[in-house]
Amino acid sequence: MTFSGWLTIVLFVVILTALAIALGRYMAKVYTGERVWFTPILAGPERFLYKVLRVEPERGQDWKAYAKSLIIFSLAGWLVLYLILRTQNAFYVPHGLNPLGYHSAPWNVTFNTVSSFVTNTNWQYYSGETTMSYLSQMIGLTVQNWLSAGVGIVVAVALVRGIIGRSGKSLGNFWQDLVRTILYVLAPISVLGAIVLVSQGVIANFSNYLTAHTVTGLTQTIAMGPVASQEAIKMLGTNGGGFFNVNSAHPFENPTAFTNFFEMLLVLIIPAALVFMYGRMTGNRRQGYAIYATVMVMFLGAVAVAYIAEAHGSPAQHAAGLHTQVISGSGGGNLEGKEQRFGIAGSALFDTITTVTSCGAVNSAIESFTGIGGAIPFSNLSASEVIFGGVGTGLYSILLYVLLAVFIGGLMVGRTPEWLGKKLEAREIKLAGLGILVTPLAALFATALATASHAGRASISELGKGPQGFSETLYAYLSQSNNNGSAFAGYTGFIQPSAGNVGSHGVTFADLLGGLVMLFARFGPILLTLAVAGALAGKRVTPAGLGTMRTDNGTFVVLLIGVIILVGALTFFPALLLGPIVQGLTGHLY
Amino acid sequence: MRRDIVTSVIGIVVLTVLLGLVYPLFITGVGQVAFPGNANGQKVYVGGKLVGSKIIGQSFSVPVLDRNGKPKEAEGELVTEPDPRYFQSRPSATEGGSYNAAASTFSNRGPNDRATEEADAENIKAYLELNKPYDPALTVAHIPVDAVNTSGSNLDPEISSANARIQAHRIAAKRKLSLSVVDGLVSNYTDARGLGFSGEPGVNVLELNLALDRLAGGVR
Repeated sequence: MTFSGWLTIVLFVVILTALAIALGRYMAKVYTGERVWFTPILAGPERFLYKVLRVEPERGQDWKAYAKSLIIFSLAGWLVLYLILRTQNAFYVPHGLNPLGYHSAPWNVTFNTVSSFVTNTNWQYYSGETTMSYLSQMIGLTVQNWLSAGVGIVVAVALVRGIIGRSGKSLGNFWQDLVRTILYVLAPISVLGAIVLVSQGVIANFSNYLTAHTVTGLTQTIAMGPVASQEAIKMLGTNGGGFFNVNSAHPFENPTAFTNFFEMLLVLIIPAALVFMYGRMTGNRRQGYAIYATVMVMFLGAVAVAYIAEAHGSPAQHAAGLHTQVISGSGGGNLEGKEQRFGIAGSALFDTITTVTSCGAVNSAIESFTGIGGAIPFSNLSASEVIFGGVGTGLYSILLYVLLAVFIGGLMVGRTPEWLGKKLEAREIKLAGLGILVTPLAALFATALATASHAGRASISELGKGPQGFSETLYAYLSQSNNNGSAFAGYTGFIQPSAGNVGSHGVTFADLLGGLVMLFARFGPILLTLAVAGALAGKRVTPAGLGTMRTDNGTFVVLLIGVIILVGALTFFPALLLGPIVQGLTGHLY
Repeated sequence: MRRDIVTSVIGIVVLTVLLGLVYPLFITGVGQVAFPGNANGQKVYVGGKLVGSKIIGQSFSVPVLDRNGKPKEAEGELVTEPDPRYFQSRPSATEGGSYNAAASTFSNRGPNDRATEEADAENIKAYLELNKPYDPALTVAHIPVDAVNTSGSNLDPEISSANARIQAHRIAAKRKLSLSVVDGLVSNYTDARGLGFSGEPGVNVLELNLALDRLAGGVR
């Protein structure tokens, strides 16, 4: 461990918090229809889009209408993306946009990929630079990077409207929320972010792959592409699907320590801002601060453990005789699967950030993390995306936990639970409980299926022996059910031999099971969340009395952390014991 | 229902044009105009010939020749050995030979795998064989981790300065330069941490090697 490593972590948190408070204020204005700085520029395009889409933006929708629009829009996106990816080398695709003439991935891989991008998961059973044409990356994958992020955010906004609603049924208008999210929130940051990235060395071109002749007489082919535009929205929308196979470890996606820092900010800025937005929209900023404190405590714990564990080095390194302490001119630690320019701290911080959120981008190989270091991404996923979480998904997931915590707190003191002046009754608690359980259910059920069947075990890599093989499997379904998308990347199965490209991985079983898990664990909780919002929206507000449990103080933060750990993490504890914990505690080689 | 379907379909089409065509073309255009070097991958030319990208790592090995003077192949891959006159990059385990920048991949070596230990031990042995003759005090305890472990992308363009300083002994002997000259070059090409605090300082191997060649008066 180094001083500069800890300094990176501290500075990151300070800068993030400052930016998120400002963005939270801005977003609260956007979603309440107040005038913001961009209004003069964007009001025109906004009106134009409503006209083209034939929507009446002011017409409120109850939760069912809101959900119906959302589901139909997502389904349409799914079908169009499937069509685009399956016609990758059709006659009308210009050669320059598919310079290597890649054929489409087979139907099973495509099913997985499409489900993955529409659900904001971005799990990849393919390698970008050996499977996808430039056109597919642009009009297919990049577009869903935007849209799936937008869908996530609007659900959180709708839930907040339900919470603060004053005896109405409307949660707002889905189309208006979506258009505003894209125009006012995602677009300015994404364009600015992409330009910053390209100025630092993220590539942006349509040239053919380069052929270099090295000074020692070898040839090297170098993949190219329009990366910067996709990279920015990939991080900002907590999508995480890399343009290249190695994602943000690739020097063309993440060339310097500065871009690494910048990309980490892009990932967390919206999830963090949404928390402050929630505080502002409820009219009590302390509500937002309490949630921010809750997730920040858990986040910092995770970062610290990951950094310390990775700086210590791995059993395999030590068995080979390697010394892993800091020496002059080298940061030491478990540098297997990590880039020199990021070092241990930059890698541990990045991968913790992208696994607490639903981003799932990686700048280092999670599979090569030490047992305990690797247990951190595991626990982050086990907490079901509430520690900041994905854009939107994080806020609505933790608000379901808040509901549960208020309920449990109410039972403890023996009073009718109240939240922001609204009485919580059986219906909301049932819906929230179900919403919380969908993800663990999908993850554990799929892991059991995959480890117990031949077809499932076919995906485990050659190197994945003993607990590592189990870890790979559990991680795969944990990641897909949380719509995260990061991977113990050995879990791919074989390269499909007749695909017409050389990057389509995965066996049919894993492709389909994974795809279904992603869809189920994305849209299940969304529907339940909107139902909760609908149930809350109609309730009348009663002023807080002396006996009302406060949800904006330290006691509640402790209670909330307790509930999250109890419900979220302990569900997975037995499974975690079999994989990362065994590896972390024994130091045994397999 | 019908209304939602119509709006969804129009929405997907319009947004695909905006976000899938206008946005990437705009960003690529800005990149090409304002930062053409970076947007095109920081290509490095020597004598008009493309020798690589500054930020994509490459192998400084030479093909091993068989008895007939032809490059040897094993399992479809070129057999190579490190060129001792150049600083060597980190080990790379991409498919189809090391530093294959057309198909990046993680090594996925687990922390508790015997295979990882074996790979590490092999890399330690190779490193000692290459460098110990020129730096007799070198033992495994001095070898920095980056010289043994593969990187995330397997395309890491940098090595640690500790690694470069060990290799400097060999370079100095092979190129008949004084050690202080080579060390000075290493210092010149050691990048600081990003923003002064983040990441690790490193040495760009391609830049360092090209500087060595220039020192010796052009490509050999």
